[in-house]
Amino acid sequence: MTNEELQNKIASINNSLEFTEEASEFLNITVNKDDLHKLCTDLKSDTDLSFDYLFCMTGIDYGKELGVIYHLESIKYRHQIVVKVKTEDRENPVLDSVTDVWKTAEFNEMEIFDFFGVKFNNHPNLKRLFLTPDWNGFPLRKDYVDVDNIVIK
Amino acid sequence: MTKDKITNDSFKTQEYFVNMGPQHPATHGVLRLILTIDGEIIKNIEPDLGYIHRSIEKMCERDSYQQIVHLTDRMDYLSSHINNHAVCLTVEKSLELEVTDRVKVIRTIIDELTRIASHTLWWGVMGMDVGALTTYFLAFRDREMINDIFEETCGARLTMNYNIPGGLMNDIHPNFIKRVKEFLVHFRKKLPEYDSLLTNNVIFQKRTKGVGILSYKDAISYGVSGPVARGSGYSSDVRKIHSYAAYDKVNFDEVLFTEGDTLSRYKVRIAEMWESMKIIEQLIDNIPEGDISVPTKAVIKLPKGEFYQKVETARGELGVYINSTGTKNPYRMKFRSPGLSNLNALNQMVVGGKIGDLVATMASLDIVVPDIDR
Repeated sequence: MTNEELQNKIASINNSLEFTEEASEFLNITVNKDDLHKLCTDLKSDTDLSFDYLFCMTGIDYGKELGVIYHLESIKYRHQIVVKVKTEDRENPVLDSVTDVWKTAEFNEMEIFDFFGVKFNNHPNLKRLFLTPDWNGFPLRKDYVDVDNIVIK
Repeated sequence: MTKDKITNDSFKTQEYFVNMGPQHPATHGVLRLILTIDGEIIKNIEPDLGYIHRSIEKMCERDSYQQIVHLTDRMDYLSSHINNHAVCLTVEKSLELEVTDRVKVIRTIIDELTRIASHTLWWGVMGMDVGALTTYFLAFRDREMINDIFEETCGARLTMNYNIPGGLMNDIHPNFIKRVKEFLVHFRKKLPEYDSLLTNNVIFQKRTKGVGILSYKDAISYGVSGPVARGSGYSSDVRKIHSYAAYDKVNFDEVLFTEGDTLSRYKVRIAEMWESMKIIEQLIDNIPEGDISVPTKAVIKLPKGEFYQKVETARGELGVYINSTGTKNPYRMKFRSPGLSNLNALNQMVVGGKIGDLVATMASLDIVVPDIDR
């Protein structure tokens, strides 16, 4: 499907989504964080879309908000989209886990928790993936103060 | 006392934890696995990562795009050229820079040489992990020839840094074509030895056949890629699906085996070495004339936006995500490493199996820890 067809199809599933193609080769979908899990389940189970391959999962700090970016692909049709979700809560950011939809999200969500402090509901084993458990702060956030001078400026 | 009573009262069984690594030779570097075992049966596996974490993604936010290229060959050091290639492709894509055909062909040849070098090393280590020490020496004999070619052309044997955004650092060495051809003649004779020595060995077959099975459906759900995915019959070759460089100009087959066990993952890599040789043979006599690089500005500033590029490394799909705000550094850079997803599926493959099979299964994943830890 082309990006336009994908947009029409996905808009028929959930009409509260924001679509944009600006400055990206993929169709970008921004979803409300409460609708995230429902949308992901639908994107995977719909026979015309069948987004069964989560090929990249990125945490990002937009400054004000924290976000997670899901790159999805369909093995059958080979079309790709990007789903974005944001949360404004920097103290206690919580999103729904998608490990039950794509198992590969397990380590990726642990990585995002490690670097950005985003917690995931219903994750089987949420803990820091790379850093030690007693690490202070979340290093890939833009407001992280690198007291130990780990990354030399 | 009846016989039953003795078993119940005197022999209490319980699950316990065993550490494998971080210094275990079969964990290929510094991976620590926490095993929950009941007798010899594995109940659960929890990898403990981060022993070699260097915060490469954080460093990228500080560095210029030319500098980032040099960081990436420290991730999967056995596919260093392909990692560099991935970053250069992403930068070129965002700048809408079209490199010359000469660059594309040379990059493809070296990518495939890197793949053969990586697979030969894996083959040697795989044999050693299951107890055949000879394979290690044979593999290094053949890999040495490729490293010599790299040394002549790039000046380095492992972390090559031959790619730059816009092309190549310098032209190929005058001996390059001759030596690659010599290698191909040599390796066509030697690769059948790999089969006669290890693949057809009865002990090896028994250690790998039906061991560590990953089903087609699980392979997709776990997002595995590369030979691990193709061993489960899941077509995932980025070179075919989202073709880049000169891969659309050459004929080669995507190797697929459907059993999903350790042996089929092994066979995929052996067959891939034949395919890589096929690709190199088609290109080596047809390197077009042309410039080796398109000039770029000394300070590369990417336009505002998000850019993504995936390539096929020896281990699977490497993705590079750049979020740029229009400055000389990326706002956020993410590497989708093939090893992390492949390791994620390890639990699925080995739980319920014997602890001895774990080593064979892990060897068939071909893990490079710096690629996982980044």
